[in-house]
Amino acid sequence: MWRSDILSVRAAIPIRSALLLVGAALLFTACGGSADTPPGEAESTSTRDSEQVVYVYSGRHYGLMEPAFIQFTQETGIKVRFTFGKEAELHERLLAEGRFTPADLLFTVDAGNLWLAARDGLLQPIESEILTSNIPVHLRDPENQWFALSVRARTIMYSTERVDPDELSTYEDLADPRWQGRLCLRPSTKVYTQSIVASLIAAHGETEAESIVAGWVANEPVYIDSDTRILKALEAGECDVAIANTYYLGRILNENPDFAVKLFWANQDDRGVHVNISGGGVTTHARNVENAIRLLEWLSGPGQNLFADGNFEYPANPDIEPHPLLSSWGSFKEDSVFANEFGRLQADALRLLDRTGHE
Amino acid sequence: MTETAPHPESSPKPLRQRLGGGPALTLLIATLLALPLGVVVVAMLTPTVDVWQHIWATRLPEMLTNTAILVLGVGTGTAVLGTGLAWLVVAYRFPGRALFRWLLILPLAMPTYVLAFVFMSTFDFAGPVQSALRAWFGPDVWFPDVRSGTGVIIVMTLVLYPYVYLLARAAFHEQSAVTFEAAQTLGDSRRAAFFRVVLPLARPSIAAGLTLALMEALTDIGAVRFLNFPTITDGIFRVWLGMGERNAAVELAGVLLLFALVVILFERRMRGRARYYQAGGRDRGIVPVQLSGRAAWLATGACTLVLGAAFFLPVSRLVAWVVTEMAKGAPGVFDALYWGFARNSLMLSGAATAVAVSVALILANGVRLSKGRSVRLGVRLATMGYAMPGAVVAFGVLVLLSSVDHALNGLSQQFWGVDVGLLLTGTAVGLIYAYVVRFMAVGYYSVEASLEKVTPSMDDAARTLGASSSRVLRRIHLPLVRVGMFTGATLLFVDMMKELPITLLLRPFGYDTLSVWVWQMASESLWASASLPALTIVVTGLIPVVLLSHVATSTRSTKPLPTGTTTQLADSVEAL
Repeated sequence: MWRSDILSVRAAIPIRSALLLVGAALLFTACGGSADTPPGEAESTSTRDSEQVVYVYSGRHYGLMEPAFIQFTQETGIKVRFTFGKEAELHERLLAEGRFTPADLLFTVDAGNLWLAARDGLLQPIESEILTSNIPVHLRDPENQWFALSVRARTIMYSTERVDPDELSTYEDLADPRWQGRLCLRPSTKVYTQSIVASLIAAHGETEAESIVAGWVANEPVYIDSDTRILKALEAGECDVAIANTYYLGRILNENPDFAVKLFWANQDDRGVHVNISGGGVTTHARNVENAIRLLEWLSGPGQNLFADGNFEYPANPDIEPHPLLSSWGSFKEDSVFANEFGRLQADALRLLDRTGHE
Repeated sequence: MTETAPHPESSPKPLRQRLGGGPALTLLIATLLALPLGVVVVAMLTPTVDVWQHIWATRLPEMLTNTAILVLGVGTGTAVLGTGLAWLVVAYRFPGRALFRWLLILPLAMPTYVLAFVFMSTFDFAGPVQSALRAWFGPDVWFPDVRSGTGVIIVMTLVLYPYVYLLARAAFHEQSAVTFEAAQTLGDSRRAAFFRVVLPLARPSIAAGLTLALMEALTDIGAVRFLNFPTITDGIFRVWLGMGERNAAVELAGVLLLFALVVILFERRMRGRARYYQAGGRDRGIVPVQLSGRAAWLATGACTLVLGAAFFLPVSRLVAWVVTEMAKGAPGVFDALYWGFARNSLMLSGAATAVAVSVALILANGVRLSKGRSVRLGVRLATMGYAMPGAVVAFGVLVLLSSVDHALNGLSQQFWGVDVGLLLTGTAVGLIYAYVVRFMAVGYYSVEASLEKVTPSMDDAARTLGASSSRVLRRIHLPLVRVGMFTGATLLFVDMMKELPITLLLRPFGYDTLSVWVWQMASESLWASASLPALTIVVTGLIPVVLLSHVATSTRSTKPLPTGTTTQLADSVEAL
């Protein structure tokens, strides 16, 4: 019965034209896609033989093109093909693609994401004297599955009009009632908030960390889901003190040197400023391992300034001078808790935040 | 099969059967579309108890309350605004009416997260509006907090009311003046006649538009983040990205589906089983009344205010940003990179729209011809992707496609000793498939609404009058279906241009689109750099929206929009 129905499809004009349309559409995208976008899986084998290339999945994206990649290609002749994405999604994609993944390298921001990737077997340990000498021990995976390439400090920012820097000391001190109604914080959905709380857990243990965060919450902070808006709110007077990443201030000062917000290096008398990293590692199923390592090595040395300065981040390599604007903020002591720890503690941190009612 | 009597070859099959693909094809396609949701359902079978205990004790109550408030607020807002504006432009004359008729559709092309960001940065404490107020009236001037439930409801209402507006306007437009005038002859005022006659007649259309708007509101992630109003969808990403608990996130998506079902059941109640008939032909529409004096200016003012807030304010912010970017000579401003992104977006949305409309046609025809319950149920399941957040659909598709790919490679290894690589995962085929899964409801109900008008008696009448079967197809079926196809294609195209989570997860390596570009910049607060692609999405979305507006008003006797949209979704709920 149904057989004759299917046969009759052939006589039905709308269906037939519909199918034609489908075919044409697919052909259209397929052709357009292969014209000058990077090769898909089908052609990749031949391409990889004839030209030097490295494929990157990147959760770090501050501009349409990564200038460091362009420079690397000019110096080495190795082409860098990249796809940007959200960390969690790149993670799922690597998991699902398994041994067929096109990606040789995974770049992410936040150590937690690199830790998760290593835990799920998505990265492989690599041997490289250049990398181990360029990147300090606390900024890389103990088994060399990933390496930090830039350092981002999250510290206290204040309004120069309403706050005397002598009043400021530590993150913990922001829980003091004298900051009631004067704080701006980032909601806990953002990984920055999760990792600074993870660093509190690492320093004080969970119970103590929870009472500190509860103190912040008791001060009824204004929650703003954008560091840039937080800094603007500081200047406009919505709050007096905030916690934010330094590169957001760098970006604003670069355009407007008179911006009335300054940074304060937190916890200089104890563990130091909370820093997180962005970095990368070679994927387990990478096909261009040598090129991938070469890109990492280059980024950890000659490419440091290009990679970090574009976004006003600090170089991970201690021998490299940061951007002049960053140098003008002076040097600071950084919390040298292993970046690895944030990854391990991230989920705990989020639960802690949930319990305290931090938005 | 063998027991069935052989089909009499000599007698010609009824024409309407020749149109359809038969139940088998329909069921096959429906199954393909429902499979990714199956993956999600399977993930729900093993609940992550620990995470549930945690969120139950912490954030779940707030998320549930907020989601309920959002549905009620956006529901009321879009219903009042959409219906009110539609009645205004259909039943009254006032300065600018001809222009507002179609201008009022424009916010449809505005991605919710763009308006949310513009609202936040314009109206928050540090924004230009409050800064100016403080400069004039001193530092203590009061201003409502834009980062609030009210803020979210206002933003979403402004972006989503066009769904209701479009459908309500089409319904009012179709109504015959006879019924309306009869009510007035019987003593009703114009106003009473509206509430007692016009509104009940338009109720199914309004309910359908409302449901589309609410589905969008439920799955939004941008506005609720910028404006600090954590809903279930926000919770899904919190649990997934923050805790690394993907399964728990998928389970939370199940809770979201429950909200969607409540919305659908409400729509069904509102629509009711009643069939409304109107007296008289449709040759004469409701005659608009001239407004004068203050009333006229009030009408013009209301339209201007809505349009200004929902469209011209964000567009002018975007344009201002684009200008500063152009002055800086930033990369991506109308250079090869830009055109590449734009081309990718257009081709992808275009191709996916073509596929979705074609599939919708096959499915709708299959349902029309089949009396079987299984076909109807299957098709309804196939349209459920619209009630899921894009990222959850994307995850389901990713898991499904990659396991198919790995199985294919296993087979090819076994038989030929070679790997064929990833044929579906991370290719245009996989991406288009995911789009179709997510947006099938939009295409299907648009096509179905117009296909419903092809009654069997039309076929028979035409044949009796001596038309050949191909002539009937050409002269009767295609013209009737074309409007629905076009409407569906328009809405699909706009939806797909704006789509982000699926594109982000499933696009081919290095294949970037405008929406990916917007996200890339906006997620790092680089809004100036995000402005050009955002503006391009809006402008590209405008083209079909304007065309749609033309169709909606030029062909009075056709029903251009999916009035039956969600009743079918509700049927599927009942069948479940």
